Amino acid sequence: MNARKFKDKLGTSVAWICSGITILFLLVFLGRIIYKGFSVLSWNFVFTGPREAMTEGGIYPALAGTFWLTALAILIAMPLGILTAIYLTSYGKPRWLVRTVRIAINTLAGTPSIIYGLFGMAIFVNLLGFDVSLIAGALTLAILALPMIINATEEALRTVPQDFRDASLALGATPRQTILRVMLPTALPNILTSTIISIGRVAGETAPIMFTAATFFSRQLPKGLSDEVMALPYHIYALMTEGTHPAKQVPIAYGTALVLLILVITISALAIYIRYNIRRKRQW
Amino acid sequence: MVETQIRTEQLKLWFGKNQVLHDVSLPVYKNIVTAVIGPSGCGKSTLLRCFNRMNYIIADTRIEGKVLLGKEDIYSGRSDVTSIRTRVGMVFQKPNPFPKSIFNNVAYGLQIQGKYPKCEIRDRVEQSLKAAWLWDEVKNRLNCSAMSLSGGQQQRLCIARALANGPEVLLLDEPTSALDPQSTAKIEELCLELKKTVTILIVTHNIAQAGRVSDYTAFMYLGNLVEFDLTEKVFTVPSDKRTEAYLTGVFG
Repeated sequence: MNARKFKDKLGTSVAWICSGITILFLLVFLGRIIYKGFSVLSWNFVFTGPREAMTEGGIYPALAGTFWLTALAILIAMPLGILTAIYLTSYGKPRWLVRTVRIAINTLAGTPSIIYGLFGMAIFVNLLGFDVSLIAGALTLAILALPMIINATEEALRTVPQDFRDASLALGATPRQTILRVMLPTALPNILTSTIISIGRVAGETAPIMFTAATFFSRQLPKGLSDEVMALPYHIYALMTEGTHPAKQVPIAYGTALVLLILVITISALAIYIRYNIRRKRQW
Repeated sequence: MVETQIRTEQLKLWFGKNQVLHDVSLPVYKNIVTAVIGPSGCGKSTLLRCFNRMNYIIADTRIEGKVLLGKEDIYSGRSDVTSIRTRVGMVFQKPNPFPKSIFNNVAYGLQIQGKYPKCEIRDRVEQSLKAAWLWDEVKNRLNCSAMSLSGGQQQRLCIARALANGPEVLLLDEPTSALDPQSTAKIEELCLELKKTVTILIVTHNIAQAGRVSDYTAFMYLGNLVEFDLTEKVFTVPSDKRTEAYLTGVFG
């Protein structure tokens, strides 16, 4: 074997090994959570509340809490994010304001999530007096989701062909009509896909809700916006760090992790499915 | 004598510091096909986009001179750009139907004006599709996506879409350069039919096409209107050497 062929083989093998290691990590990670969590998983586990100081019972309040937190956060972030993106791509004046908004978005996107938690506590919980509540947590998560939704929407609007815009304007449409009737409908599938992915991200966050919404234990489901809620990621954290009966609680934590994982993977799969369908149907 | 529908007077246009049009004064006669020919980059598409104020979309555009639609200067502060664009329709180089149904594509211009009842929109969609020779091909699938049409059909759909607004002038920006010869021939024939009801200004790279469809021809070179006359005359006894050189293929 000559030197060039050897180098070629070597390069290929290194690349193979590296990708192998990545996949291995994922498999071990998934395997361990499934292995440890599967034993406690049952309909009962998913649909009942915790009992006996959280050493038995299920996670229903946490599941419901995560659902409400995520749904509210996305409902708040979506209109805000989409309108901001429309402003950035389609109006974009004055320039200094656009630049400022962009810097703000990028800074937000790079902020560690625990900072969101502290910010949410300072503003929503203390300053605005929402206390630790569903609404304070949802608002905090909404700010976390905002840069993701803005960037995705901007990207989606930019990929709408200029031709469509020209055609609409040339038919006597105003810029507003052009955005509402042509640009947004064309970009909407992509906006939705990205939003769904950000749902997965929001559902799994612990730090932002730690000081703003989450409670260690709650017997019932949240009744209103001002209630504290349990949430899946915080539930795992609480069981692993503050539990008094590790032998009974660690399996429950793994079970919770498995449920959260299934939830996030299902949501991502849904996004992938939608995107696949759009790409197949798209004809421009 | 023919009546002038729309014309430019001493039109100058700059993109930033770059002057693209120099003192262009071009009359476009009513119910006649006028072709604008010239080498790439001579400003013919830019000129065309002046007639419905589409150049304003590009930043840093400055325009001097007048464009008169009838007696109205479309660049004066009083004129409304959206109503100008319903009176002066445009068809682009690449067929660009919206990703909507065939019906909604043609109805779009009327829907956005918000003043037409549904039944009238339906009638005008049908009339426009008939006028663009597309009705028989699509009448049974008006709710199908416009993207399912062939390129030539899409372009005729774009013509129908522009016609639905009932424009006085139709601007065609190299409408057949993305089409096959058969679809091209159909659109050329269509132009000859349409000119009975609407004034047509067509920009084309294809000299033969200008000869086939137009009554008048304008030749542009480096942002100047070099020659404008009856097509027959421009093609047989051009008065300018540059026109002759371009038509005989010395450059272009």
